[in-house]
Amino acid sequence: MTMNERKTIDLEQGWEFMQKGITKLKNILEGLPEPQFSSEDYMMLYTTIYNMCTQKPPHDYSQQLYDKYRESFEEYISSTVLPSIREKHDEFMLRELVKRWSNHKVMVRWLSRFFHYLDRYFIARRSLPPLNEVGLTCFRDLVYTELNGKVRDAVITLIDQEREGEQIDRALLKNVLDIFVEIGMGQMDYYENDFETAMLKDTAAYYSRKASNWILEDSCPDYMLKAEECLKREKDRVSHYLHSSSEPKLLEKVQHELLSVYANQLLEKEHSGCHALLRDDKVEDLSRMFRLFSKIPRGLDPVSNIFKQHVTAEGTALVKLAEDAASNKKAEKRDVVGLQEQVFVRKVIELHDKYLAYVNDCFQNHTLFHKSLKEAFEVFCNKGVAGSSSAELLATFCDNILKKGGSEKLSDEAIEEMLEKVVKLLAYISDKDLFAEFYRKKLARRLLFDKSANDDHERSILTKLKQQCGGQFTSKMEGMVTDLTLARENQTSFEEYLSNNPNANPGIDLTVTVLTTGFWPSYKSFDLNLPAEMVKCVEVFREFYQTKTKHRKLTWIYSLGTCNLLGKFESRTTELIVTTYQASALLLFNSSDRLSYSEIMTQLNLSDDDVVRLLHSLSCAKYKILNKEPNTKTISPTDHFEFNSKFTDKMRRIKIPLPPVDEKKKVIEDVDKDRRYAIDASIVRIMKSRKVLGHQQLVLECVEQLGRMFKVHNTLFSFLFFFFVFVCESFVFLNLTTLALNEMLILQPDFKAIKKRIEDLITRDYLERDKSNPNMFRYLA
Amino acid sequence: MPRASSKRKSSAPQNPPAVKSSNARSAGKAKAKEIENFFDKYANGGIIDPDGIVTLCKDLELEYTDVRILMLAWKLKAVKLGYFTQDEWETGLKTLQVNNLSKLKKAISELEKEVRTPPNFADFYSFAFRYHLTEEKQKNIDIETICELLNLVLGPQFRRQVDLLIDYLKVQSNYKVINLDQWLGIFRFCNEISFPDLENYDETQAWPLILDNFVDWLRENHR
Repeated sequence: MTMNERKTIDLEQGWEFMQKGITKLKNILEGLPEPQFSSEDYMMLYTTIYNMCTQKPPHDYSQQLYDKYRESFEEYISSTVLPSIREKHDEFMLRELVKRWSNHKVMVRWLSRFFHYLDRYFIARRSLPPLNEVGLTCFRDLVYTELNGKVRDAVITLIDQEREGEQIDRALLKNVLDIFVEIGMGQMDYYENDFETAMLKDTAAYYSRKASNWILEDSCPDYMLKAEECLKREKDRVSHYLHSSSEPKLLEKVQHELLSVYANQLLEKEHSGCHALLRDDKVEDLSRMFRLFSKIPRGLDPVSNIFKQHVTAEGTALVKLAEDAASNKKAEKRDVVGLQEQVFVRKVIELHDKYLAYVNDCFQNHTLFHKSLKEAFEVFCNKGVAGSSSAELLATFCDNILKKGGSEKLSDEAIEEMLEKVVKLLAYISDKDLFAEFYRKKLARRLLFDKSANDDHERSILTKLKQQCGGQFTSKMEGMVTDLTLARENQTSFEEYLSNNPNANPGIDLTVTVLTTGFWPSYKSFDLNLPAEMVKCVEVFREFYQTKTKHRKLTWIYSLGTCNLLGKFESRTTELIVTTYQASALLLFNSSDRLSYSEIMTQLNLSDDDVVRLLHSLSCAKYKILNKEPNTKTISPTDHFEFNSKFTDKMRRIKIPLPPVDEKKKVIEDVDKDRRYAIDASIVRIMKSRKVLGHQQLVLECVEQLGRMFKVHNTLFSFLFFFFVFVCESFVFLNLTTLALNEMLILQPDFKAIKKRIEDLITRDYLERDKSNPNMFRYLA
Repeated sequence: MPRASSKRKSSAPQNPPAVKSSNARSAGKAKAKEIENFFDKYANGGIIDPDGIVTLCKDLELEYTDVRILMLAWKLKAVKLGYFTQDEWETGLKTLQVNNLSKLKKAISELEKEVRTPPNFADFYSFAFRYHLTEEKQKNIDIETICELLNLVLGPQFRRQVDLLIDYLKVQSNYKVINLDQWLGIFRFCNEISFPDLENYDETQAWPLILDNFVDWLRENHR
């Protein structure tokens, strides 16, 4: 038929024709025997609509057809669809619903194709919803609205059954829930409001019940296993039939009910809680604990706290162990850092290794746990053992590793590793400056007496210390190491000088080590009366040194020198390696057969302490070079001494050690003094610039300043001369206003110490209290 | 200077000015002479020395260690412990309007009231310390003397605090002497800090360290 010849179709007629098609569709959907639509069928239906819409008024039936379209659905749903669903329940209802929904979608698809022409112009012209939407809305308004409650309950029941372990038809649930999603036609509102909310509520109630039972019956690890399992299953559930947007909300609910609510009870379970797990090294359970608790808000705080307490307790126990062992030691050995303390340091290192591994593995390198570890170590690492501060213990430990014949016998790599760990421990110690001082003293000893085992290791640890604590920390020590190299060069040119100047003849083989004072620890210089032979040496060297430079001051420290003497005993001549002090004493016997204690003391011009020590080493120790009268084990001022010509030993060359004076007290005194100066200088500097300042502000600024590093401002150069141990001292002048300071390293300032210094400065008229406000200070110019 | 003569004479309502001032002058001179005589009674070589003060105390019926003597010293603005110079004596007694023993006795009891008023007391308290610095350039006073002084000067008003503080000072070993700043701090402490709870004591403030230690000691031993 051509357009011109088209006959007008009137509504009744046209609709009757359409109705036939619709009925056919319904039959197909109902599963009745009905042949499929052919393309001709389709064409006819489509064209009918087309014609009826394009006819001239009053025969353009677009509106009516639009309405009838909708009515078709409404009629079908009301008469057939709804009743069929209503008569069923539970799972069967769900199945019916799914089927009917599926059918409906098909129906919508087909009918909207038939009526498609309406979509093209009519709906746009009238701003009406498109056919597709109309169709779905019918279902929503008639079926969904009535039934969604029941559906939801049925779904939730099935979910709970699955949680209890029953098998359910997951595909069915997926289809049902898809309806909730699709019915929103792009919005998730229906899904969320009509299903998700209730589902979450039910989930919460479900797990709340479970948790309240489990928490009473299960141990912490078991509970956590169950929790982890539940979370896994819920996640699984989402991926199988819930909408993906439900996942975070669902998991959050579960975590809340299982973990947040019972967090404390779980962690503090008596025999299986966090403490117990740490105690029993249950690494896997702890890892699980971390995984679970990291998901709940602030969940890790209590865990990291318990971790901190545990590590602190372990560390403190080590301290106590060492203390107890030390108190069983003999009284005389008390001031010497002994084997127990070495063991203690090693154990602390092991403890650190162990729990650092925990932090890295179980606790996945989380900053909170790094912090806990740090704080725990800071607590017990600053407790001393048996009168020795942790700073001293660490320094001694290093010394043992680095010196020849030290107690630690390790391979090169092991040493490197150990040094690395020691430096890490240093980070926890608050008195780092004290460590530096002890370390320096021991380093000096190693360097001056050639006791350093390995130069590379010495440099290596200095590099590590520098990295950790900054250049200021290690500059003096590095200077010391460099000095020795320079000293050797110096010695070479001294020897050249000697060969070029036959007049300058010390008469003895002389080796001298020249060192820079500022780098080395301070040594007291006593005015030892040198034997004549040595005096000549000093002279000769002095002259040589004048040729090198006139700008430097030499101070000789005899207490550090060594001397090789030939002892002409009756049996044989033996070479004795002694200190300069000992040598000076022995040489006295070249001109006197017998000397009293006081004579020796007078002639040497040393203190009682030194004289007692050196005489003891020569007459009461392993090698009796001198005979003592009376022959007791200790030196008293009434003793007399004679050269023991009958002395003999199978070795041709023996070393007679002179035990060093205990440095501990002096080191601590030195450091305390340095700190006082530093605090004074800091206070004065702050007050000078501020003129008037409140107490709390002053203390705060002082603390801030002292936490940083200062530059070394002065050193009068002096040189240390070795061999006959001429060590120079220089005096560091501390001028408070020009701020020449000793190095002040990372110092934990003590508020009381600062207060004390302020009061001292008030007494010395640097500051005064403000008359009207006692909390304010004024600078007194 | 008020004229003592006005108290005695009530006869002539109006003296001609010239007569009046001459009266006044002679009265004033008489007064001064009396004060001088009074001074001489106790003076030895132009100054009242410790012995003189002992005698004075006997006459005043006061113990040598009585706080009122110290108050007298304060009023006299005495400089050297145990001595009153002629100047100090004369100026001080003039201020007190005193020229003989009985008047002095009366004045001293009045004086006590005067001293205990707040602004005066603070000044008196500070004076008490400085007065006891006997050597030149001395800045501190030993603990034992401090304890006695505290008892004397602050005891009546702050008995509890002073007793405990004295106990503490005797057992602690950090400080062997006390300086003026600490001394003044003690006074501030007694005035400002509620006792014995010490609720409002804040050691982060600029209290002298010795008081911080005292508070710690109190908290440890007396709770």
